[in-house]
Amino acid sequence: MKDSGAPYVTADGRQIGKVLMDMRGITLRFGGVEAIKDISFDIREGEIRAMIGPNGAGKSSMLNVISGFYHPQEGEVWFRGEKRPPMKPFQVARLGIARTFQNIALFDGMSVLDNIMTGRLTHMKTGLLAQMVWKGPAEREEVENRAVVERIIDFLEIQAIRKTPVGRLPYGLKKRVELARALAAEPKLLLLDEPMAGMNVEEKEDMSRFILDVNDEFGTTIALIEHDMGVVMDLSDRVVVMDYGRKIGDGTPHEVRNNQEVIDAYLGVAHD
Amino acid sequence: MLYREAGDFKTTYAEDSQTFPIKFDRWRYWAVLAIAWLVIPFFVNDYWANAILVPFLIYSIAAIGLNILTGYCGQVSLGTGGFMAVGAYAVYKLMTAFPDVSILIHVVLAGLITAVVGAAFGLPSLRIKGFYLAVATLAAQFFLVWLFNKVPWFYNYSASGQISAPERFVGGIAVTGAETAPWAQYLICLAFVTICAVMARNLTRGSLGRQWMAIRDMDIAAEIIGVDPLRAKLTAFAASSFFIGIAGALFFAVYLGAVEVGEAFGIQKSFLVLFMCIIGGLGSIFGSFAGAAFLVLLPVALKVLGVDILGWPSSTVAHLQLVAVGGLIMFFLIKEPHGLAQLWRVTKEKLRLWPFPY
Repeated sequence: MKDSGAPYVTADGRQIGKVLMDMRGITLRFGGVEAIKDISFDIREGEIRAMIGPNGAGKSSMLNVISGFYHPQEGEVWFRGEKRPPMKPFQVARLGIARTFQNIALFDGMSVLDNIMTGRLTHMKTGLLAQMVWKGPAEREEVENRAVVERIIDFLEIQAIRKTPVGRLPYGLKKRVELARALAAEPKLLLLDEPMAGMNVEEKEDMSRFILDVNDEFGTTIALIEHDMGVVMDLSDRVVVMDYGRKIGDGTPHEVRNNQEVIDAYLGVAHD
Repeated sequence: MLYREAGDFKTTYAEDSQTFPIKFDRWRYWAVLAIAWLVIPFFVNDYWANAILVPFLIYSIAAIGLNILTGYCGQVSLGTGGFMAVGAYAVYKLMTAFPDVSILIHVVLAGLITAVVGAAFGLPSLRIKGFYLAVATLAAQFFLVWLFNKVPWFYNYSASGQISAPERFVGGIAVTGAETAPWAQYLICLAFVTICAVMARNLTRGSLGRQWMAIRDMDIAAEIIGVDPLRAKLTAFAASSFFIGIAGALFFAVYLGAVEVGEAFGIQKSFLVLFMCIIGGLGSIFGSFAGAAFLVLLPVALKVLGVDILGWPSSTVAHLQLVAVGGLIMFFLIKEPHGLAQLWRVTKEKLRLWPFPY
């Protein structure tokens, strides 16, 4: 499929909109090491965009560029039709970009509910004094945001562990809570760094279903990194393939699967 | 049997997120408040006020303040004594400069001044963490004590270098100065404790408190969900110093009456309040009270036991007290890093089920 930039409708009837995020010629160096070499790709509204590649290909670095942890030496990041100046991660979050981490990054000292409520921080505006008083604006805001959070708790089926400290949860549930926290921000773009790493088949199925549901019900644009090829090919609308910091393929799962360079680098070929 | 949430249905989110979700807890809270306000003032005598109640109340405020910073926001501070000194000298300067304004306003203003000073000394926290930050706050401690010793303006050029609180009244009743009745001392401290504790609880359960805890638990993840680390840490320093400043102001004006800065607000004070937070429980308002009560009562209890009952020389008992505090801190760090508050939580968990095993 050649990308014309115009909105289109996928085979299963989902609306894919305009370009939401456009990475143009991103180059990222750590000292002498080039982690990302002149990569360009875009993420379009409503799609599920996957990034795949062997370890060290620069996928996580790319996610970190998007979320503001790394600042590329060259290239431009465009978001919603505007060039994004260099930003700190919390500013990126306020633009409406949420993410999860490869190694779970939850707040272990807090309950599941509080963890997910932190996802609402960008939507909570009452000041220090109002919160000291509590009655009035602060309580009202808390209750409103709690209602949003409860919808997400229902959606991800974690009602029973609402008040449990996160530190006590098993791995699979932690991953789900992290997704819930990211969703609570009602992001325009959701970045998932290996959402299914270390999960068994059932957990992967659950997570895949949640990702599809999130995309479907909230219309959230999702960019994800994943190693499980079956999952990637099933879930995603378009796939970027990276290898040694270079982009070696970009297109629908079908196109990528038949790309000779991708096959050589990643999917595996019989060597003779 | 009383202590359970069974049958106590919550129908709104506001009810669900209240401070004491269990009915029994709510009753107990009101009972404690009622006793503190309506019963104790009629029975308090000079010994009880000066040896136990007033220091307990004042240290509770200081411990709440430090707990916000260290327990909730994860920023270790050894500058508590210095910040209490700021509160004390601020209230002294305000009392002497504006004698007609109510002392209550002066104490609150002293808290605000300390908040500004605390936020300024909190700036290094943006660059340094953990031990290094602790050392930076230690610098604040020494600098502030030195400043109040060195610049005569702060102690109004008095010959002794001390500051002493002039007599001030609230509603015609002396609350500072030599003539203060024990119950008046007690009540003014209790008023500040009640308000400070409620405010601190409200701060820590709302979005600001979650920002602090997010920074404490994982600062990278906190940033990714939109917490501005600069703002979160500085508000923690400011809120914390506000409470510590009020504690310092009361400590000087209501409790001691006259203060020599190095003696009253030295590094020992910083450690004492930090120990209160650790023993009481980091990240818990209840723990601040428990820790303050524990470390105020411990010397009194040891003295009663050692000197009055066993008849040991008081110097031996004083040494024993140091040993006991040191030992207890090690015990808590190893056995229960979350302090008395955690013991309390575990007890509550057990009580919920009692007398059934599960």
